Amino acid sequence: MSDDNLFELKAVAKRFKKGKETISIFDDLNMTIKRGDFLAIMGPSGSGKTTLLNLLGGVDQPTGGEIVFDGARIDGLSEGDLAKWRANNIGFIFQFYNLMPMLNAAKNVELPLLLTSLSSKQRQQRVDTALQLVGLADRAKHMPSEMSGGQLQRVAIARAVVSDPKLLLCDEPTGDLDRQTADEILEMLQLLNREFGKTIIMVTHDPAAARHATHTLHLDKGQFVGKDEPELQEKSA
Amino acid sequence: MSLLAQSSAVIGMNIKSLPRRLWMSLAMVLASAVVVAVLLAFLAMAKGFEATLQSAGQEDVAFFIRTGSAAELNSSVMKEQVDLLREAPGIASDENGKLVSPELYVIVDGTKRSSGTDANIPLRGIEQQGLALRNNFKIVQGRLFTPGTDELIVGEGVLRQFEGFELGKEVRFGKNRWTVVGVFSTGGNVFESELWADAKVIQTLYNRGSSYQSVRAKLTADARLEDIQAYIKNEPRLNQEVQTEANYFAVQGEGLSYMAIFGRVISAVMALGALAGALNTMYTSVSDRAKEIATLRAIGFSNLSAFIGTMAEALVLALFGGVLGALAAFLLFDGLSASTLGGSFTQVVFSFEMTGQLVMQGIWLALFIGFISGFFPAWRATSVPVAVAFQSRG
Repeated sequence: MSDDNLFELKAVAKRFKKGKETISIFDDLNMTIKRGDFLAIMGPSGSGKTTLLNLLGGVDQPTGGEIVFDGARIDGLSEGDLAKWRANNIGFIFQFYNLMPMLNAAKNVELPLLLTSLSSKQRQQRVDTALQLVGLADRAKHMPSEMSGGQLQRVAIARAVVSDPKLLLCDEPTGDLDRQTADEILEMLQLLNREFGKTIIMVTHDPAAARHATHTLHLDKGQFVGKDEPELQEKSA
Repeated sequence: MSLLAQSSAVIGMNIKSLPRRLWMSLAMVLASAVVVAVLLAFLAMAKGFEATLQSAGQEDVAFFIRTGSAAELNSSVMKEQVDLLREAPGIASDENGKLVSPELYVIVDGTKRSSGTDANIPLRGIEQQGLALRNNFKIVQGRLFTPGTDELIVGEGVLRQFEGFELGKEVRFGKNRWTVVGVFSTGGNVFESELWADAKVIQTLYNRGSSYQSVRAKLTADARLEDIQAYIKNEPRLNQEVQTEANYFAVQGEGLSYMAIFGRVISAVMALGALAGALNTMYTSVSDRAKEIATLRAIGFSNLSAFIGTMAEALVLALFGGVLGALAAFLLFDGLSASTLGGSFTQVVFSFEMTGQLVMQGIWLALFIGFISGFFPAWRATSVPVAVAFQSRG
């Protein structure tokens, strides 16, 4: 595996049992994701986008093949080891933000840091920095119920980056936002990719959102059916 | 970071989210509270009854009744036998001679204040030495009866629970009229459920000749019951059995142990109902927080911390209910006076007694409800794969 590769999927299969029937999502999926990529994955409903994101995020396990992250296989890890792996390497950004409604913005952002050995003061500094990065330093004490959709997603981004993970996994991050707010969020992701070197994988239905990525893969019936090159991305952006 | 920090964060979030499930949570608290209150009411009743009997019995007082008699009521002791028992080994003396109290025990009617119905009250015939054998005896109103007269004194429990025994009142049992000249206390024990009068007068009015029904005798410090039993065995004119007074009342109390058993059975049945409600509450809680739990697990929180968070919520709610139930039981029942049928078919007046030990039993029951009602939902919350948990919430 090249040092440039962050993720490598080799002959990955994912099948579900539904009664007596076995449903195959992927049979022989192969892909490579390079460090610093901003990859958009598009495809119709049922194409396997979310399943792929779950496999890459270590919240689901393949039924066959290998998933190699940063040179080490993760497909055989136990649930406990996967939780630690996720805490150390992955930041999640969800369509509906998935913030804890009973915690204010700062406390939400702090959650991943509770899994580290940082002191309370160090955590506070990280939280302040993350909130400044997303432009919400003045909203630290605000509850989720007091914020707009765009602000909520920015808090979610702050939570995703606060522990400085290598990879951000975004599941329809702009699916619940208006166009202008969606663009602001996507520009923020671009900033994280370009300025901070974060590798980003984003599942989306929205071609306008995908144009913010450096590559787009099209998935249909468990197979990649097309790829937009960076040049094309830039032209259409 | 330690499991402690993760668990603390999850517990904090769960507790802060309780207002979202206010009514379900309150239902669980109340169900636990009711179960604990009912259990404690029965246990306090049983404890009060037991204390009333046990505090009457002394280890250094020998108690004689006829062999084969389970209680004073169906026992008889002749005067000559009383004189022989005075000479038994280990019987203490004072300046008036041997500390021996031959006593009579007959049943009279009284009307209960609570129901207006008639119930049996013991009328004890007693002599001066009998008073000396009750360490905590004291006259709280009026005076002691005059020997040889139809005067009686009434226990505080009888005065509290029965009508017509106030100081100065004349009471009539069959053909016999008595005047209440005093009210006595024996520190809340079973003797306060009795009327006391001169033994000789009762022998006359109830045609008992010179016989008695029981004998109490103060023991010396080095007295041994085995020596007294040997004395009785070797004296053919005696057919009494001897035990300590404490043992006699302990045995009398055993018959009433059904109170505690009944209370525990009732509480167990109610606890099952409460458990069903509590399980429903906790499953709802887990369902309500499914997305939050899945998000935390996706971020990297351990399954165990999510499990502990749910368990803690259930235990906190149940504990809160337990404390509430214990408090309610204490306020409603502690010290409450009641009477029930004791040994010898007579009423025993007693007070509900709530002790710290009983409260802890109630709290443990509440925690048991909390543990069971938290365990299975917590297990479900953490055993569902994260990906599935996200799908279940759309």
